[in-house]
Amino acid sequence: MASAVAEVHEHTHYTTTGLDNRKVAIWAFIGSECMLFMSLISTYLIYKGKSIVGPFPHEAWTDPSGHVFKPILNIPVTSQSTFVLLMSSLVMVLALAAVENRGKPGYQGTLLGNSKLWLAATAALGATFLGYQAYEFTSFVHEGLTIHTNLFGSSFFTLTGFHGAHVTAGVLWLLTLLSIDIKRGLTPKDALLVDICALYWHFVDVVWIAIFTLVYLIK
Amino acid sequence: MATTAATPSYEQTGIWSWITTVDHKRIGALYLYTALFFFMFGGLEAGVIRWQLAQPNQHIVSAELYNQLFTMHGTTMIFLAVMPLSAAFFNFLIPLQIGARDVAFPRLNAFSYWVYVLGGTFMTLPIFFNTAPNGGWFGYAPLTTLPFSSGLNIDFWVMGLQILGISSLAAAFNFITTIINMRAPGMTLMRMPVFTWMSFVVQFLLVLAFPVITIALVFLLFDRFFGTNFYEIAAGADPLLWQHLFWVFGHPEVYILILPAFGLVSEILPTFSRKPLFGYNVVVYSGIMIGFLGFGVWAHHMFAVGMGATADTIFALTTMLIGIPTGVKIFNWIATMWGGQIRFTAAMKFAIGLIALFTIGGISGVMHSSPPADLQQTDTYFVVAHFHYVLFGGSIMGIFGGIYFYYPKITGRYMSEVLGTWHFWCTFIAMNLTFFPMHFSGMLGMPRRIYTYDAGQGWDTFNLISSIGTGLLILSTLIFVVNFLKSRKSGEVAPGDAWGAGTLEWTIPSPPPDYNFAEIPFVTSRYPLWDLKHPERTSGIAHSAPDVMTITDAHATPVHEEMGHKTAAELGIPMPFNTVKPLIAAAALVAMFGGLLFMHTNQFAVAMTITIGSASLFVGTLYAWLTSPLE
Amino acid sequence: MNDHAPHADHAHEHPTWKQYKWVALWLTLITVFEVWIYYTPFKETPYYIPLLLVLSATKFAIVVLFYMHLKYDHKLFKALFTGPLIIAVCTLLALFALFSHRAIPQ
Repeated sequence: MASAVAEVHEHTHYTTTGLDNRKVAIWAFIGSECMLFMSLISTYLIYKGKSIVGPFPHEAWTDPSGHVFKPILNIPVTSQSTFVLLMSSLVMVLALAAVENRGKPGYQGTLLGNSKLWLAATAALGATFLGYQAYEFTSFVHEGLTIHTNLFGSSFFTLTGFHGAHVTAGVLWLLTLLSIDIKRGLTPKDALLVDICALYWHFVDVVWIAIFTLVYLIK
Repeated sequence: MATTAATPSYEQTGIWSWITTVDHKRIGALYLYTALFFFMFGGLEAGVIRWQLAQPNQHIVSAELYNQLFTMHGTTMIFLAVMPLSAAFFNFLIPLQIGARDVAFPRLNAFSYWVYVLGGTFMTLPIFFNTAPNGGWFGYAPLTTLPFSSGLNIDFWVMGLQILGISSLAAAFNFITTIINMRAPGMTLMRMPVFTWMSFVVQFLLVLAFPVITIALVFLLFDRFFGTNFYEIAAGADPLLWQHLFWVFGHPEVYILILPAFGLVSEILPTFSRKPLFGYNVVVYSGIMIGFLGFGVWAHHMFAVGMGATADTIFALTTMLIGIPTGVKIFNWIATMWGGQIRFTAAMKFAIGLIALFTIGGISGVMHSSPPADLQQTDTYFVVAHFHYVLFGGSIMGIFGGIYFYYPKITGRYMSEVLGTWHFWCTFIAMNLTFFPMHFSGMLGMPRRIYTYDAGQGWDTFNLISSIGTGLLILSTLIFVVNFLKSRKSGEVAPGDAWGAGTLEWTIPSPPPDYNFAEIPFVTSRYPLWDLKHPERTSGIAHSAPDVMTITDAHATPVHEEMGHKTAAELGIPMPFNTVKPLIAAAALVAMFGGLLFMHTNQFAVAMTITIGSASLFVGTLYAWLTSPLE
Repeated sequence: MNDHAPHADHAHEHPTWKQYKWVALWLTLITVFEVWIYYTPFKETPYYIPLLLVLSATKFAIVVLFYMHLKYDHKLFKALFTGPLIIAVCTLLALFALFSHRAIPQ
């Protein structure tokens, strides 16, 4: 009998590439998500400047009754929320490093090795980002832009709403990991659980990098 | 060979074991039965359509019901019949062909099936209440927006497609991971059977094409339920947005429908020609090429909308280009048969039928790639003829061939060759009788989707011939059904290597035991079983020669036949637990979308209660699922 | 025996804490710079949009390569991500071109 056959029996989780199934699947999923956000971003760009009535993202608009609407997008506020999301990626990698290096010198009992802290911080920063988004949405509605108003409203709220939904799912995922960490402690064996969550989280961050430039900064 | 091999070797029996199964072979069988049922249903819808069109000025059905019938015929055949029939083969075959014991995520696989069957039912039932989708399988917006389609019909279509998309996506992630990661030792990518290769390409097409339709449908859903403006022309929306997004999905989708059939014939032809596939590498690379180019040709569905000379030229060129890798495969198959010792089994007849009929459809496809020609042909029966030659003549012929070929592996018994031959010739004649005259009625200007027509336009005879052909097609499918059901009980008992084929799935008993392979094989070439039984056939193809000696006994079929009678427990092979959670999750998901329908009748509270309730059930089940051990 | 050499753990080189800090610093600096030029007259020049696209593509690449450790990971993951990304970007550009060009002037 071939020697490889014996090997297979020893490892119950043998894989052809030596990689974990879940990690392969999450990368395939992220590839698929590229097309999802491509469709949303394309639609936003195609409809840019095509709205018949205001308010508009970057220009003021006067309606027939003479009421003046300010440009909708609030760059200072969104710059802050963008910074928050970028920093959440930093604490996410720290969480992963803390779990992967559990028990190693430099990590045991130190701040750097405190995976619970970093997971909680990532979730908290994600939640802060969502808070900013809620504030942004409500203030836009107050200024007269709803999802019904015009093409800009429809495509803007749908695009950023989809991104927000992804962040929400990510926060729930992080909280789940945090509760596992509190309950039984995540060990280096569980690093993969954190890794796939981190990949998803960074991808959502990367999508925001694209949205921030294409939607907010470019007129 | 042992005559007891036909006894199903599944260790569990009873309906509950089917509902909770996570075995890829049983899920494959479920897909097969369900998809065949929907195939019959879609066929009957086509029967009514052709009955209506048999003669001028007929009023068998109303215009409204006719709209529902052609919409549901297309939707059913594409999403509920051909794709799931391919999925049946993905499920049953991929793990067997790559030497794995199951797919990467067995429970996700069960989930995909249950979402499909519930979503399919969700889409199909409304036709009995005269509220079936009626906007065409392509559902062009703004026609499908609220002002023009105010009924529930389109809502069922939007929700149904979203649900089916989730099923396809979940399955695709699963198979990508399975093919990348579950191959037996020695099974390099370039040793994979061509069916697995084509399936691999299809999974990427699914994963990249479905998100686009998902978003297009979300826009439509929001327009209908929340008053957004995506397809609202008065608000400045572009009427082409839907068409572009739809065909960015829609064109890869046609390759999703045809490539699995290409894979199946690439297994059948070498087996019955007793020769390895001619130009394996070229077949594989052209499959990958089709996958990539498939994303760059979508606008050839839209030449008539006036995109301008530049866009028309580019898409005409890419469309002509994609004809090349497709044509290359045809020559590979012909060259495979050249000089082979051919056995004309029913499966082989269907495979050769595919080559002939797909070529006709392929050629009329290249005709459409020229915008001036397309402007004459678009939206006429000429196009209907074209895509039925590629989808019926291609996909369905290939799938029938696949069913005759793999039936012994699935059930342990052969299908009747006599009935199979009758089935083939009836189908072949009826298919041409139905669809060939459509080239003429189309060229004479008969538009698609009209529910009746006046006499004296030169279309009468052609329509009558098409309708007679459809009647014969339904009869020939009945021959298949009889054969399928009868052979299950009384067919000749099949050995493990039912046809003298060369790939891994034939090294294990028919039907395979729960665990597939008692010993995980070690693969040294593309046709490991031929290395053993017919080394002369494989002497010219890629091998790792030093491996051959070591491997020979690992492949000895009798060893596997004997072990097939032992249970997984006796062999010490851990098997995944049965679970009902995927079914609960699938039901919750479908209810979640179904609940939104109440938005249509402005019962906002009811809609939110059902949707949020089932969403919580879904998330809860998901947590329970992910925290319970697999095996 | 395999086309993908199985990755042993030691080959799994990860970026370090030092790198993470630098990455975060760069991401912040680029973002600050982007927002800053939004408020300068440079915004009106034809170079503004290309510059912003390059800057955000840089940020995108940094996060993917270091935080998603694609730079250090198996080549399979690179293929699984870049393939779809290329198709997505090409489709976006094609759609954008198709919609900005009108065969019949409105």
